[in-house]
Amino acid sequence: MDIQTLGITVLWTFLYGYLIVASIDFGAGFYAFYSKYTKRDHLTNRLILRYLSPVWEVTNVFFVFFFVGLVGFFPDTAYYYGTALLVPASIVLVLIAIRGSFYAFANYGSNDSMFYTFLYGATGLLIPAAMSTTLTISQGGFIRKTNETVEFLGTKLFTNFYSWTVVALAIVSVLYISAMFLLFYADKAKDENATPLIRKWALFWSIPTIVVCALVFFGLKNQAAWHYENILNGNWWWFAASFLFFCVAVTLVYLKKNYGIAFIAVMAQYGVAWFGYGYTHLPYILYPYIDINKAVVNETMATALVVVFIFGLLLLIPALYLILRLFLFDNDYVSGKKAK
Amino acid sequence: MFNDPVMLSRLLTGLTLAFHIIFATIGVGVPLMVLAAEYIGIKRKDPDYILLARRWTRGYIVTVAVGVVTGTAIGLQLSLLWPSLMQVAGQTIALPLFMETFAFFFEAIFLGIYLYTWDRFKNPWLHWLIGIPVVIGATLSAFFITTVNSFMNSPEGFKIVNGTLTQIEPLKAMFNTATPTKATHVIVSAYLTVAFILAAIAAFHLLRKKTLSAAETAYHKKALRLTVMAGLIFAFSTALVGDFSGKYLAKYQPEKLAAAEWHFETTSEAELIFGGILDEQADGSYEIKGAVKIPYALSILAGGAPDTEVIGLNEFAKEDQAPLFVHYFFDIMVSIGMYLAAISALFVLAFRLKKLNPYNKWLLRGIFIGGPLAIVSIEAGWMYAEIGRQPWTLYGIMRTADAATTSTAVGPMLILFSLLYLLLGTICTIVLLRMFKNNPVGKELADDHHTRGEAMFADDNK
Repeated sequence: MDIQTLGITVLWTFLYGYLIVASIDFGAGFYAFYSKYTKRDHLTNRLILRYLSPVWEVTNVFFVFFFVGLVGFFPDTAYYYGTALLVPASIVLVLIAIRGSFYAFANYGSNDSMFYTFLYGATGLLIPAAMSTTLTISQGGFIRKTNETVEFLGTKLFTNFYSWTVVALAIVSVLYISAMFLLFYADKAKDENATPLIRKWALFWSIPTIVVCALVFFGLKNQAAWHYENILNGNWWWFAASFLFFCVAVTLVYLKKNYGIAFIAVMAQYGVAWFGYGYTHLPYILYPYIDINKAVVNETMATALVVVFIFGLLLLIPALYLILRLFLFDNDYVSGKKAK
Repeated sequence: MFNDPVMLSRLLTGLTLAFHIIFATIGVGVPLMVLAAEYIGIKRKDPDYILLARRWTRGYIVTVAVGVVTGTAIGLQLSLLWPSLMQVAGQTIALPLFMETFAFFFEAIFLGIYLYTWDRFKNPWLHWLIGIPVVIGATLSAFFITTVNSFMNSPEGFKIVNGTLTQIEPLKAMFNTATPTKATHVIVSAYLTVAFILAAIAAFHLLRKKTLSAAETAYHKKALRLTVMAGLIFAFSTALVGDFSGKYLAKYQPEKLAAAEWHFETTSEAELIFGGILDEQADGSYEIKGAVKIPYALSILAGGAPDTEVIGLNEFAKEDQAPLFVHYFFDIMVSIGMYLAAISALFVLAFRLKKLNPYNKWLLRGIFIGGPLAIVSIEAGWMYAEIGRQPWTLYGIMRTADAATTSTAVGPMLILFSLLYLLLGTICTIVLLRMFKNNPVGKELADDHHTRGEAMFADDNK
């Protein structure tokens, strides 16, 4: 594996990590608001908070890690995306800022107001919606390089049907992944009040998820023919596997069996689709301007980054294991028996 | 000015940094103070210190949240506002940027554990140990990110041949000439600032003595002693490192020091100019009016001896000079630093001598204003560091004007982020005030079992 492929694989893996943990977090925000709004928060919100409190900050770091790593491995991305995405990325930043700080204000500052919960829920859907447009942009057609500058064709993106299907996919995925995780967590906590309600959410969002997935998949043909062809050229099986994992997950939940395996199936469903999508997107980070083979950072820096990455992982994996053991796999903590 | 993307990008970056640095500084310093308090608490079996650690942590987590989100903002804004700079930075200085995210990741994980495990271990030292990676992570984050700023002052570890970057040495870029003084200065001054912010809180409560019970007074006095003692140590370390920073500047960025000191002619036995105003003469030169002039002091700052030759600003072309108003930022930074050293020395002296009352009203007032002043000093220091480097973004390599985005939308973004920071700053302050008002220390002290088995946050018992 050459260094640019290694680099993009590492970054893509981190973005996948972000996709999963952030979806759980974003969706949980929406559900917390929804439960409160429908006055059912006594059933679910303690459970949601018990998971979120220790990990929300970790979620954010996945994202920071991704974009810092991206600029490190492929400095051209700073130039193209940086110039073009000033406005949309700033809006995402403002949303992230509001979400993160208001979460802390509400949770640690004991200001348990409906308004804070609303902000928390609404940003939970708006952030993934806004972020997902970057995926559409990367397939080309929305950034134009002129002599001296890089121009973002915002109106074109805004009026593009395909872009909206990707946004829809992001939102339903957030709700689906989050419900699937919370179901597993509620079941583990033996929370008999929350479990049936969350199970309903999980099943409810599974159908739209797969419908929108299909829309996005076939919409690609018109939007980015080069990408679609790459998929048809022997790479369609990633997506077939994803569909299979989806069926496993939904069937298990439907039969009320083994929610842990069901959530792993959800992770696999998104995992194979994510890597299949990324693999067929190569060699472009931004079609047709940023090609990983040409845009890769000098070899010395790339090697240094990889070495740091390996050492970093050696440090982080035990730490992550510790936090998961203490808060996710500790039955007493999950079910709220242990003092916080 | 409002249709110039370069000026607007500078303003927006400056705004984000000015807001972020308050929370970043708190983020670097508080874990250390918390750990110190918890250490004394466990060692002396004194529940007051444990409560101190817990209350500091509780306030800390709210500021951390704002620090995290504004840190994310500046991280991304660097690419959004300075795409050309980041294109070069990616090739040369990406390593510490990348390391910083790891350090922060590490810190975030252990902070999450630290917060929620106060009562989970039988052995209290285990919980204390979990705090150590938080302190290390926080300090390393500061170190890594400051190496990037050092690189902007002293770009090394690469060569430019025919407009392309070659012979890149990431470690040399990271450990450049400016790194040792700059990184230590940033870290130690963050510790100093936090010690004084926490001391100011204790002093504030002691000044309202009439309403305090004996237990509360004892609690706040312990807090004051610990923080002012720490403040004294860090104030003198900061002064020492500041002196080294002056020597670094004199040798490697003489025009930056000269701009701060209004030192125009190259001379030995140079005097240090404090305050004053500049009067521009007909021939374009300046006359300094109303300034305090300390003989030999600039030569000593620059080279450690009164006869050191200090390079003056006139040796440099006008377009390579920083704006002269940075002089005031430098003066503010240094005088506050000295004030903090003096007031903490006075307190400790009074405490040791026993003849003087360290809890004298005026001394407490002096310590109290030290908190906000310390933050002003941090702001002034960064203003000097950044504006003093102008017109360069990468000293001698890339001018700020060539690094900025060409986007025409920076203006609206500046307004958007101004509103965001106004909102966050206001609500953060309200939340912190309410948090401690609703759960006063007296109540927690009376609860008496606060060391074990009780909730970290007021909400948890609902």
